Amino acid sequence: MTELLIRNACVIDPINDICGEIMDIAVRDGKIVESVGSGAEVIDANGNLTMPGGVESHTHICGTKVNFGRYMSPEDMRAGRTARRGHMHATSGYSVPTTYGTSYRYSAMGYTTALEGAMAPLEARHTHEEFAYTPLQDMMANTLFDGNWPVMQAIHEGDHKRVAAIVGWTLAAVKGFAIKLTNPGGTEAWGWGKDVSSIRDPVPHFEVTPAEIISAMIEANEMLNLPHSVHLHCNCLGKPGNYETTLETFDLVPNAHDKRQSLYATHVQFHAYGGSSWRDICSRSEEICRSINSKPQIVMDMGQVMFGKTTTMTADGPMEFNLYRLYHNKWSNHDVELETGSGIIPVHYSRKNLVNSIMWAIGLELALLTDNPWQCILATDNPNGAPFVKYPEIIALLMSKRYRNEVFATVHPGTEHNVPLAALDRELTWNDIAIMTRAAPAKALGLVDVGKGHLGEGADADIAIYPIDITTTDPANAPQDVIRAFAQTDYTIKRGRVVCCRGTCTVDGENTTIWVKPQISENHSMEDDPEFNLNFDRYYTVRKRNYPVQEEYLHRNLCIETEAKL
Amino acid sequence: MKHYDVVCPFCGCLCDDLEITVENNRIIGVDNGCTLGNAKFMGKERLSSPIRRNGDGWETISYEEAVGYTVDMLLEADRPLLYGWSGTHGEAQCTGVHMCELVGGIIDSTTSVCHGPSILAIQEVGHPGCTLGRVKNRADVVIYWGCNPLEAHPRHMSRYTTYADGYFLDNAFRERKVIVVDVRKTETARVADEFVRIKPGGDYAVLSALRAIVRGKGDMVPASVAGVSRSQLERMVAMCKDAKFGAVFFGLGLTMTKGKYKNIRNAIELVDELSRHTKFTITPMRGHWNVYGSNEVFTWMTGYPYAIDFCRGIAFYNPGETSAIDILARKECDACLIVGSDPGAHFPRGCAEHLADIPVVVIDPVPTMTTAFANVQIPVAVSGIDAEGTAYRMDGVPIRVKKVIEPTLPSDSEVLGDIFARMKEATGYD
Repeated sequence: MTELLIRNACVIDPINDICGEIMDIAVRDGKIVESVGSGAEVIDANGNLTMPGGVESHTHICGTKVNFGRYMSPEDMRAGRTARRGHMHATSGYSVPTTYGTSYRYSAMGYTTALEGAMAPLEARHTHEEFAYTPLQDMMANTLFDGNWPVMQAIHEGDHKRVAAIVGWTLAAVKGFAIKLTNPGGTEAWGWGKDVSSIRDPVPHFEVTPAEIISAMIEANEMLNLPHSVHLHCNCLGKPGNYETTLETFDLVPNAHDKRQSLYATHVQFHAYGGSSWRDICSRSEEICRSINSKPQIVMDMGQVMFGKTTTMTADGPMEFNLYRLYHNKWSNHDVELETGSGIIPVHYSRKNLVNSIMWAIGLELALLTDNPWQCILATDNPNGAPFVKYPEIIALLMSKRYRNEVFATVHPGTEHNVPLAALDRELTWNDIAIMTRAAPAKALGLVDVGKGHLGEGADADIAIYPIDITTTDPANAPQDVIRAFAQTDYTIKRGRVVCCRGTCTVDGENTTIWVKPQISENHSMEDDPEFNLNFDRYYTVRKRNYPVQEEYLHRNLCIETEAKL
Repeated sequence: MKHYDVVCPFCGCLCDDLEITVENNRIIGVDNGCTLGNAKFMGKERLSSPIRRNGDGWETISYEEAVGYTVDMLLEADRPLLYGWSGTHGEAQCTGVHMCELVGGIIDSTTSVCHGPSILAIQEVGHPGCTLGRVKNRADVVIYWGCNPLEAHPRHMSRYTTYADGYFLDNAFRERKVIVVDVRKTETARVADEFVRIKPGGDYAVLSALRAIVRGKGDMVPASVAGVSRSQLERMVAMCKDAKFGAVFFGLGLTMTKGKYKNIRNAIELVDELSRHTKFTITPMRGHWNVYGSNEVFTWMTGYPYAIDFCRGIAFYNPGETSAIDILARKECDACLIVGSDPGAHFPRGCAEHLADIPVVVIDPVPTMTTAFANVQIPVAVSGIDAEGTAYRMDGVPIRVKKVIEPTLPSDSEVLGDIFARMKEATGYD
């Protein structure tokens, strides 16, 4: 039995309605408890801000495409490197750090749980291998279904139970966590070098539309009783005028679940553009937020862009090729048979560039215009909008109108005519930030019941203590103090033990992989479905028997078994 | 007893449909495999225990002694090289990286003498690729450039390209056009629809000419480029532009000939150019079954795919300086651990001579040319036959190789795990 007592903590725990109360937190064997004995190890929080460990609900840090981002970019690896020290291995990389680099830097910022945003099922083993070397965060993987042939065939046949059955089998086979759709239909069209242009544009050969894929998958998701909702990267990413596609997509979403959203719309900044070309692109954040504010069934994340160098990587292969034709630097693409695609290019977001400046403004507007902070999660689609190490700056921008004005004065002068940002006076509160960085992502992912995102009794003792006294700090006027505080915790505590102290990781760590296994009745099982098996072995280049990720890859893990309505 | 859907640990194709018949813990039959894979499964020349050089001969030693020798060798070295890794599974490669980091050594895989130039080109211009199934189901034009799959990757054409069933092709064999570019008429060239024979060293020029034609600047191309007529080049471009899905595969005939990584860069840029007209992809024909795995593992752990130097604590990468050949040729290396590869058969003479002068430990199931330079060889179970683990196919698809017979020897990861544990103990690293 190990016990820990955090004394004198200024706690913000939105899920338990605690906002800035000075209190003690007791921990036994990795869980929050009511009280501990006198022999417990004691940490004095000194009245500093103490929150549940950060929960990242959309980031690209493990797997085939992430590793290709490293592989093709020695210049990025050189841009961030540290030597082996104590429990910390050597690290490399700035926008796409090595697995250890990612894990240490997230841990220093108080993050203890992360969702890998996109895993191709065929290459899931790779993602799980990298999870094992990301030791300080509990990990889970969005699983890509945007161009899945058996799924599209079942949708075409109108058999939505079969859709759910295929999704359920696949998630359990690859030890995935949730359904991810990246440019649904578009990644299959990209197999011919094409794309879809709207949610009503049919996918070549398969004759289903993105709208049909999205609707069927929302239905399948609820049939399978999955903890998270469908996680959607909308069609037409990055195209001027795409906000209409985004709004049309939002209109498809039923209110299908009473405890969480029915759709998680990711990196919405990239989907909130007006105009018809790069010349007249403008912000449509107001229309997007009006829709979000009227639809509690949708949660989004910002997809904030920050200025500087980074690497873009997504399953959206056609989008990356379009971006490459703008940047002309280097381009990698990796289509995955029967399933999805992917692309990678390095980018530099410049404050002197009008489009980049508009993108920067839109992300902030989404957070400021969404009435309910539970519906807008703070994220950069790491590393697409910016590396996650920029989060502290984003927090400061959201909390301080003064700081926003200071940065706004440095961006492209044409920006103000194309975005409403300058007119927005809202300044987010400490509680808003706590919601947007841990409580809301945990709730959206459906992880509150397994003890993430809060500090109630029985919750996982994942805790972040930031070196800032919120009773004496005015965030509106001290943005640099906010940035400093959120960049590095005094203590990051994971499963009840200190894993990172003022930037130094103190243990080797061992994370938990969280995955789902829907229980599906025998007559809907894909195990022995003749058609599924025949086509599998005929068209994949890996035998069905060799496809599931073996138990050996899971190490410590938490399997969420669900009762499917099938 | 029969094992189905066994993964072949020979080449980068990682065929996973083999049927292996086992009797009394011996493999007595292999179905579906190629001659190369069959020979590996049926191979009998394994070492049964560690050996140490003793004057002009060898003596048998225990694993304990062999591990002890390796630990001392690595910890006493100033500039140790940990080389090979392409013939073992990913879990062993991970341990290798940790060992290398601990002793501040250099870790490199066979990549540096194989597709290293391809990676340098990719680091300049990227890599438009795909998994092999994407090619199998769609490609109507397949180009093999500087490679001879019928002899080096014998099932590549039947599983992934020419002879494979494809979802979008009614009669895949007839509908797919195969173009082979090579300096000699290989077995593969004999089955090509179009054989483009170029003079040795002419790849770069031919690729440039093709790019010019694709860009509509064919009039700049001379009547003959490196022995290839302009009309043939124009015909080849027309085939590519008319394709619905084109796939280029290239081998050492492109990476290791005059021009080296610039050849690959040019080939990638040709694919990039063609991608503006139709769908095109390019894939290196990786040799060792898990050489791509070594690149993947090294990359997520260190940031770089091969030739990584930890001597300053950080991971440092500069092929040409930090690659195995260079560190040996400069006689900088003072101890070498070789895992799952045979540099004795492939390295230049000067490097081999230096290996003969320094302590060398080889971890390999069978005696090889490298054994001739070894002070100690530690035999292990063969990954994919009597040991399990992760491998990455030439297109990046990760597959778990299986165990079909019960091992009588420890696996690579077990032996390396022992060595690493003893190194940590000796250095007080917990």
